[in-house]
Amino acid sequence: MIKEPSNKAKFFIQLTLIIGALAMIIPFLWMLLTSGKTQAESTAIPPQIFPEKFQWKNYSNVWDALPFVSFYWNTGVMIAGRVLFSTLFSAMAAFAVAKLEFPGKNIFFMLVLTQMMIPAQIFITPQYLLVQKLGLLDTTIALIIPGIVSAFGTFLLRQFFLQLPDDMMEAAKIDGANIGQIFFKVYLPLARSGLVSLSVFTALFAYKDLMWPLIANISQDKMSLSAGITTLQGQFTTNYPELMAGSVISIIPMVILYIIFQKQFIEGIANTGGK
Amino acid sequence: MAEIKLEHIHKRYDNAENYAVTDFNLDIEDNEFIVFVGPSGCGKSTTLRMIAGLEEVTEGELYIGQDVVNDVAPKDRDIAMVFQNYALYPHMTVFDNMAFGLKLRKMPKDEIKERVDHAAEMLGLSDLLDRKPAALSGGQRQRVALGRAVVRSPKVFLMDEPLSNLDAKLRVHMRTEIAKLHEELKTTMIYVTHDQTEAMTLADRIVIMDAGVIQQVGTPFDVYNSPNNAFVASFIGSPAMNLNEVTYSNGRITGQGIDLAVSEPTKKALDKNGYEGKKVIFGIRPEDIHSEQIALEASPESVMETNITVAELTGAESILYIDVGGTEMVAVVDARDYHQAGETMEVAFNMNKAHFFDVETEEVIR
Repeated sequence: MIKEPSNKAKFFIQLTLIIGALAMIIPFLWMLLTSGKTQAESTAIPPQIFPEKFQWKNYSNVWDALPFVSFYWNTGVMIAGRVLFSTLFSAMAAFAVAKLEFPGKNIFFMLVLTQMMIPAQIFITPQYLLVQKLGLLDTTIALIIPGIVSAFGTFLLRQFFLQLPDDMMEAAKIDGANIGQIFFKVYLPLARSGLVSLSVFTALFAYKDLMWPLIANISQDKMSLSAGITTLQGQFTTNYPELMAGSVISIIPMVILYIIFQKQFIEGIANTGGK
Repeated sequence: MAEIKLEHIHKRYDNAENYAVTDFNLDIEDNEFIVFVGPSGCGKSTTLRMIAGLEEVTEGELYIGQDVVNDVAPKDRDIAMVFQNYALYPHMTVFDNMAFGLKLRKMPKDEIKERVDHAAEMLGLSDLLDRKPAALSGGQRQRVALGRAVVRSPKVFLMDEPLSNLDAKLRVHMRTEIAKLHEELKTTMIYVTHDQTEAMTLADRIVIMDAGVIQQVGTPFDVYNSPNNAFVASFIGSPAMNLNEVTYSNGRITGQGIDLAVSEPTKKALDKNGYEGKKVIFGIRPEDIHSEQIALEASPESVMETNITVAELTGAESILYIDVGGTEMVAVVDARDYHQAGETMEVAFNMNKAHFFDVETEEVIR
């Protein structure tokens, strides 16, 4: 039997959670408030919490200054491309590792695992050279390429496939299915929850990926949201209210996505153990 | 029409030292119901899987019909298989589960529907076609697994312990269903089980295996009444045959508290094979040990006095664990004789039904 925590314990649990929640929410609220301040209000010391009068002008200024429609489009393409390809390719690799026998299987899987242990930044130079040789630098497609297969996704989906019984494969073989049909018609639909988790995870990471979009694409109309709003940060001065207004605009699609797919997001993050 | 022929089939798994199946030879006739039976790890499932094409044959030749199929893919062998865990596709409805193989073979839609409906009717699944496997009971799932095989109208039906996940009552019921199915389909069926009752009730012929080697092939009647060796004798029949080491001398067997005269044919066989004064294994089935007065009077030279240690009433019969001069034996007697534990009782051994095996080779002495 699980013991009910005492009142004292409950108090501390709640207190910890509240502190944690505040730590998460305050920066977000601060962004919203700052986006309505004047430049002077945003840098006032002591800090001014509420703007005197909400400056909607910041939003229209930043909207006019930057090609947000292109940013949305590029980010959308990047997320869609990475989600589609990385789930497909990772699922294929994961299925092979989990369910098929082939020479070098263990070495292959070890290489995949090794890749998860190396910081992703190390791959940026070779990835850049690759994309350059393909002649795809400074294009929307360039944003997708490093994300079309994922070691993490392979590892995650392998766990899902391992849980599925082998005798379904044998049944399908006798039913007359070839390996592709076994994968697409039998096993892939059964790994659905794993695919959803991986999609959510991939979407989140694609959305917040900053380094690659900054490196690969230079033209403003080829930038993702995350890279695009960094251009508001000046070398000497930064217009914080406008930067914050830009940030608010850029998170809107993610907030909408989150509201629609709230359940999958939470399940996905619970499944992957990601943060 | 499909005869199956296994010629000197051997199987050794990669990295394994010993053969899982050794020199398996068997001719299976068209429409025959063959049951492979044996303890776990005896190679019966491996042999079935080789016939299915799910395992490679290490040595030997496997024929289905006239063709050697060693290197033919499972899907081209025209077989269907029912798995122990059903192996249904959880994301598909009952209809789709049964139709999957037909769709892959690009059969026209109306023919698929006709076949699935027919099989569903035959198996009592007509009302369940839209359900997913998770919404079915164990027995229903088993029937879907059978249905998936039936719709294909294969040359050969393979079943790998199909009833072992069902509860006892359902198992008996499904056993009858499978027997009926065989009657209706008139297909060659190969059935693997470790349950000797299933083997006895279903089979035209039983193949008893142990440690990768065939011990005996025969009709249920044959293997029960004339086991080739001590393993078959003890494996087939429940409760198992009583097997005890005794010494044969001059028409009598003695030892371990047993002192009995053997029958005339047995005496001849033992003398002819030179067992005078040697040890043999004496086997007697529980139902060949009698407690009725009439049996005691009929053969006074094979009567012994025993103590009942445990008496189990099963309904029509009682299973008695009896102490015969220090040796525990099992007897099955008519329940109406009302025997209790602790009683002393005289029993008559039907020595005409006794079996004798060599101590070393465990082969029957005939």
